Amino acid sequence: MATLKIHNLEKKFKTVEVLKGINLDIVEGDFLVLLGPSGCGKSTLLNTIAGLEESNEGEIFIDDKLVNNIDPSERDIAFVFQSYALYPAMSVKENIIFGLKQRKIPREKIDQSLKDISELLKIKDLLDRKPAQLSGGQRQRVAMGRALVRDPKIFLFDEPLSNLDAKLRIEMRREIKKLHKKLKTTMVYVTHDQTEAMSLGTKIAIMNNGIIEQFDTPSNIYNKPDTVFVADFVGSPSMNFINGIIKKNNEEISFFPNNHEKNNEINLRNTNIKINSEKNVLFGIRPEHIFLKKEHAVRVVKDDNFFKIEVKPELHEYIGHEQIITFNYCDQEILGKFSSTIDIDLDRKMTLFIDLNNVSIFDQDTKKRI
Amino acid sequence: MLNKKKLLRYFLFLVLGVFIFYYITPLYVMIVTSLKDMNEIREGNLFSLPNSINFESWKIAWSGRGEGTSDTFLKPYFFNSLKITIPALTLSTILGALNGYALTKWKFKGANLIFLLFLFGTFIPFQAILLPMARTLGFLGISNSPLGLILVHTVYGLGFTTLFFRNYYVSISDEIIKAAKVDGAGFFKIFFTILLPVSLPILVVTIIFQFTQIWNDFLFGVTFSFGENAPLQVALNNMVLTSASVKYYNVDMAAAIMAALPTLIIYVLAGNYFIKGLTAGSVKG
Repeated sequence: MATLKIHNLEKKFKTVEVLKGINLDIVEGDFLVLLGPSGCGKSTLLNTIAGLEESNEGEIFIDDKLVNNIDPSERDIAFVFQSYALYPAMSVKENIIFGLKQRKIPREKIDQSLKDISELLKIKDLLDRKPAQLSGGQRQRVAMGRALVRDPKIFLFDEPLSNLDAKLRIEMRREIKKLHKKLKTTMVYVTHDQTEAMSLGTKIAIMNNGIIEQFDTPSNIYNKPDTVFVADFVGSPSMNFINGIIKKNNEEISFFPNNHEKNNEINLRNTNIKINSEKNVLFGIRPEHIFLKKEHAVRVVKDDNFFKIEVKPELHEYIGHEQIITFNYCDQEILGKFSSTIDIDLDRKMTLFIDLNNVSIFDQDTKKRI
Repeated sequence: MLNKKKLLRYFLFLVLGVFIFYYITPLYVMIVTSLKDMNEIREGNLFSLPNSINFESWKIAWSGRGEGTSDTFLKPYFFNSLKITIPALTLSTILGALNGYALTKWKFKGANLIFLLFLFGTFIPFQAILLPMARTLGFLGISNSPLGLILVHTVYGLGFTTLFFRNYYVSISDEIIKAAKVDGAGFFKIFFTILLPVSLPILVVTIIFQFTQIWNDFLFGVTFSFGENAPLQVALNNMVLTSASVKYYNVDMAAAIMAALPTLIIYVLAGNYFIKGLTAGSVKG
């Protein structure tokens, strides 16, 4: 159990900057998820924390101890790899205890740890098998066992579930979550799967192009995205962005979509946005925060902070438990997500309710939240 | 359609049959000739079977007629060759494996350039290194000794063995090595406990290749050694060429078969692995 602090970390591969000034700070027991598209530097960051890659600039502290120049094996970390990276010539048992044997831990203690771990992960019957004789899920368990048995300060996971099929992935995700609840060890987890990130993380760092776009709790990442990138990356389908401007008028702020007609403006009541006169913005609203009727909003609405818009439905996608409808609003596409139990007539114009409590306004130039 | 397919198939077998005949005939002639005595060879047909199985010429080829100093026979040279082949084979294989391991799993600055140079080394023809190598051996004082030939074969083979192991280890996941590093294993520990146990296919390929190269080498042997230090292939040549008056075809054939036998045995024993190892890219870690 440990804290992890990363200060101004930079990493270059020849001339390519992969990490550009990363700052992170997590406390004991945190589950940090590094989330981002491929090539954003998340795996490099994880490897740098482990000491498998060297950084060019900046410091990494584990439990307030500078570890920049410490060998991976001395950092008291355990790593679970995407390909599991089991030692092919060794049995499951040998795989698990290899690290302990390297550390010259007494035989009885090794046996005890092995017993505990194989019971915890339900791999007791597999101990004498070779990795090639295991299924994907079993290999995953063994890889976890090899990390767990070391009882490290920090666990590092590099997309550990991406080689499993969808069903098994959800199962293993829950197991990792349970494990974290039980062990309360600090964990750092790399993934490109937002569902995984949301369900596992106590903190999420969204990475893009070598920088951290937002480092926050899952609910803040979802509800109060700092940047357009975060808003767009998290959520499926992703957030709607309506181009337009906001204007101040008698202490009231309103949003005017591009190509708007009369009375199309959206009055942003109760907003705490402060502007002088007007600004080009992106009006962000998630598809699930658009309603056909006010009553459909699950949240108990006290302040009735909805806004009515007139739209024309254009496309209907049925995906089982829900349906996604594409609307035309002032010649811009917006998507709404509704329960599939609702019947929708696609042939006529309709009224939608936008939940103004869940609106994000972004500056069009800086792409940052206002 | 079916008939055409069948016809093609017969044609294929015919072509294959011709090739088999083409390759097996010399071996057949060698074996039957080595079992005949000289009279039978002079009077008989090249392809006819021997009247009686007679291993006399094999004995002569191996340990001589006991007719004094001018008599050349294979026995001592066979052991010369063993003395050269086994250390050179072992050294070049071990060094090649370590090179391949370091070049793929402990990437350092210039690793690719160094690999390129090794690769380049495999293209250097034998003749090109004769003079520089002669100077080197002279300088080291090990010309005309098994030690000299061991050095030559080790150095010359290193390019090939490095290439083999490098290409094999490239297909083994780097994450395995990273995992071992996190587990606290060092350079040699990782090599011996994790990589070497999965290297059998490429080990066999390298051993067959290097054994064949070194055992069958004539040029290095004839250049860097003479007299009683010569390896088997050189002795075979001397034996066949120096028979003054009469050509003993049966003894020559027996000697040639003997010289080829170790390579043949290695192929038969490990050939299956050789094929597997050549397609080693598909081996899963």
